[in-house]
Amino acid sequence: MELNSAKPGLLCSLEASQSQRTMYPYVTGTSVVALKYKDGILMAADMGGSYGSTLRYKSVERMKPIGKHCLIGASGEISDFQEVLRYLDELTLNDKMCDDGNSLGPKEIHSYLTRVMYNRRNKFDPLWNSLVLGGVKNGQTYLGMVTMIGVNFEDNHIATGFGNHLARPILRDEWREDLSFEDGVKLLEKCMRVLLYRDRSAVNKLQIANITEEGVTISQPYSLRTFWGFSAFINPTPGAQ
Amino acid sequence: MSKVAMDVPAKGGFSFDLCKRNAMLAKDGVQLPPFRKTGTTIVGLIFQDGVILGADTRATEGPIVADKNCEKIHYLAPNIYCCGAGTAADTEAVTDMVSSQLNLHRYHTGRQSRVVTALTYLKKHLFSYQGHVSAALVLGGVDFTGPHLHTIYPHGSTDTLPFATMGSGSLAAMAIFESKYKEGLTREEGIQLVTEAICSGIFNDLGSGSNVDICVITKDNKEYLRNHLQPNPRTYVSPKQYSFTKKTEVLLTKITPLKEKVEVIQAGDAMEE
Repeated sequence: MELNSAKPGLLCSLEASQSQRTMYPYVTGTSVVALKYKDGILMAADMGGSYGSTLRYKSVERMKPIGKHCLIGASGEISDFQEVLRYLDELTLNDKMCDDGNSLGPKEIHSYLTRVMYNRRNKFDPLWNSLVLGGVKNGQTYLGMVTMIGVNFEDNHIATGFGNHLARPILRDEWREDLSFEDGVKLLEKCMRVLLYRDRSAVNKLQIANITEEGVTISQPYSLRTFWGFSAFINPTPGAQ
Repeated sequence: MSKVAMDVPAKGGFSFDLCKRNAMLAKDGVQLPPFRKTGTTIVGLIFQDGVILGADTRATEGPIVADKNCEKIHYLAPNIYCCGAGTAADTEAVTDMVSSQLNLHRYHTGRQSRVVTALTYLKKHLFSYQGHVSAALVLGGVDFTGPHLHTIYPHGSTDTLPFATMGSGSLAAMAIFESKYKEGLTREEGIQLVTEAICSGIFNDLGSGSNVDICVITKDNKEYLRNHLQPNPRTYVSPKQYSFTKKTEVLLTKITPLKEKVEVIQAGDAMEE
């Protein structure tokens, strides 16, 4: 009793801060892949939320529109993504209340997210996400990414998580300026198919989001066609019989 | 009693005697010297007439490139080749050893070696060393039963696949294969796809680099295309060659032939003892 009352502030605050830190992620989303095309940004993410090695949630929307000009996609801890969405809600609401006819563009939101992620990392309490931010404002397309430690950059094509290793080589090879909408979707589907084959936490249920000057459209969930009919799979060792 | 216990070494398998000593040294802060690893991209695929193997040519020792143009496609038999990733010494030694074993087996049976024979030799050896022989291999060849492609992991497990990649650049190369491979490729298409996959590893993985080696094996023929593609040439080479600054004077040029200083002993004497 005396021990507790002697230093109440220190003990309580330490426990409090311990219980609110993200030590490890629990429910995670896997990669997000995005690219710039002629009219704007295309982003793809599957709808899986894994709980460790269980594919627990199969209808998680990991891409959301922000304001009029932006689209955010996240991989990593889903609860931290929901927190990020809440922060962005507050931000856009406050901006709307100013009522000055200007709305936040992708560059501003990217900058805000970078500051948030980096500051949380400095407090050893990171938001366990890799966020992909894309948008179009005044004819300018913008695509950027922020990781959980605050690394941020802008590029023509982005991939998080396993997509770093599997999708980035494909995008580096095949992305070009002025892709049409169909070519962009085909390229994204190519990347998502490879991820489906080779990432254990991928689900065959994905959405593709499109943002242009007109606005955001997120497609209905659909599945990719896969091919398993290789003769080596059917009869692996014809020579050993 | 104690004398006998010391003499006889354990028969076969890995001798774990020094592991305790190593663990103790590690605790005292002594670091093992880094192995020369082949941070690598190696690939193989089956095309309509046989097998194509491909590899990059960079060997790394930690962060340093130890060998800019090493050979990662090893000979096992006239119709079987093997790419190796992992510790360079391990892949060299294991493939050399199995190559000799296959040679002896060919003498014994009088027939062409089968790919599954090489596979069994390799997996038996690697399994008995419980993963300590750090060799990850892509084995490919054509025998009378057809073309075969296998991957072998350091612990001894194997897979039979239509296309395979191993090494640190395997993900980058696999991305290319998964999106572009189909059955029944022609020779040119196959070589093109393998080159693309290795280049993907070279340019997207830090452990792989330099040139592309290719080996095409068909039923009656094999072609080892060493440095088939060299996408990383030295971009600047001084046209003037290396020249001394003007202040350096060459004082004397004299050639001393070394042959006079060597005495030739009668051959045969030393060896006959």
